[in-house]
Amino acid sequence: MASIDTGGDGGHKKGPGVKKAKKLSTRVDMTPMVDLGFLLITFFVFTATMQTPTAMDLNMPKDIKDKDKETEVKQSGALTLMLGKGNNIYYYEGQLEVSAEKNNFKQTTFKEVRKIILDKKAEVIGKHYHNPEICNPIQESAKKKGDPDWQDACKDVDFVVIIKPDADATYKNTVDILDEMTINQVKRYAMVKITDVELGLIKATEQSTGIK
Amino acid sequence: MPSVKIPKKSTDTDMTPFVDIAFLILSFFIMATKFKPPEPVEITTPGSVLSQALPESNAVLISIDSTNKVYYALLSEKEPEKFDDVINGVNSTQNLGLTPTEIRNFRKTYMVGVPFAGLKSFLNVDPNEQAKVDQPGIPVLDSTNNQLLWWIRLTKDAFKGQPLKFLIKGDGNSKYPAFEAVVDALRKNEEFKYELVTSLEDVPHGSELKKVQRWQTK
Repeated sequence: MASIDTGGDGGHKKGPGVKKAKKLSTRVDMTPMVDLGFLLITFFVFTATMQTPTAMDLNMPKDIKDKDKETEVKQSGALTLMLGKGNNIYYYEGQLEVSAEKNNFKQTTFKEVRKIILDKKAEVIGKHYHNPEICNPIQESAKKKGDPDWQDACKDVDFVVIIKPDADATYKNTVDILDEMTINQVKRYAMVKITDVELGLIKATEQSTGIK
Repeated sequence: MPSVKIPKKSTDTDMTPFVDIAFLILSFFIMATKFKPPEPVEITTPGSVLSQALPESNAVLISIDSTNKVYYALLSEKEPEKFDDVINGVNSTQNLGLTPTEIRNFRKTYMVGVPFAGLKSFLNVDPNEQAKVDQPGIPVLDSTNNQLLWWIRLTKDAFKGQPLKFLIKGDGNSKYPAFEAVVDALRKNEEFKYELVTSLEDVPHGSELKKVQRWQTK
């Protein structure tokens, strides 16, 4: 290791009265300096790269007052997800039907919602009917982007996910469900205010299952 | 028998190049590190698979903490005079009667989380001490008194003709109505594009996004 060369033992005296100046070494012990240097390096490395916050884009639609201009959603291709208390998701396909013979209001969790989205997407793709008027521009733009499966780009055109968080849903739930849209490549989705009927159904389910 | 002489090797090594490199790295990290300003609240952001770098200038950061309080922060490092424009706008539209010292303090204020009525006394506090002040949050939930609307409008006025980004940084445990109220305030100002601040998460294997990312990187 680096150390100070004391250089003290080389002073031979040649006779009386001869005084030789002590030869001081130019070498310095660098160990403490290196120690400190590396301490600072580790400190800066940790503070610099530990947290790198990123951003996620969110586009919201304009408020449309004119009813005629609202985007129409095909009932067969719609999946409505409602976010409730305790990380629960409630969902229904198409139109909400709650009666004695038919009930399509179901409950799920964040772990299983991906399968539900993908199943619905596959179902919509299976029913796809090629309409050149709508499909050709979508295929063209996918081709331009370099998508190798551009011919399939139009198949999920009728698939729409409607997201309705209620007052008990957390911000994390909202971001998670938006993330799920990206992961599953859902091209059309919307965040909509929840209706009173749906809210009532969620409340009733929460009471019967005891979710707090 | 003549004994074999083993040459005595010195244990000393020349550390100079080593130290050179160490200090080079050190100076790099010192220069590259940017310290976060002190935040009055701790916000744990949820994770997301999308990643983009955050803008540092020409942006408004709206934070929602775990107790649903809303905070406003202006990010404009390059043009500090924008801070003055915004606070002067607030001062004149809300008739707060701020003193020049209070207006100057706003430049160093990182986050504002007080209603207009409490802004004067909040800005009276030294900027270095402001992080310790317990702020009640900007009122947003009452749609007739959504004060964030004013903050956004006045910031837009100050940045007229320049790009301005809106960042929303919410705590994972904050409730949806607070987020909705923030989006509502932005929407009423004709702003429809936001960026949500999140921490990075891995893309799940076999998902459709993974496939798309594969051909996009090619």
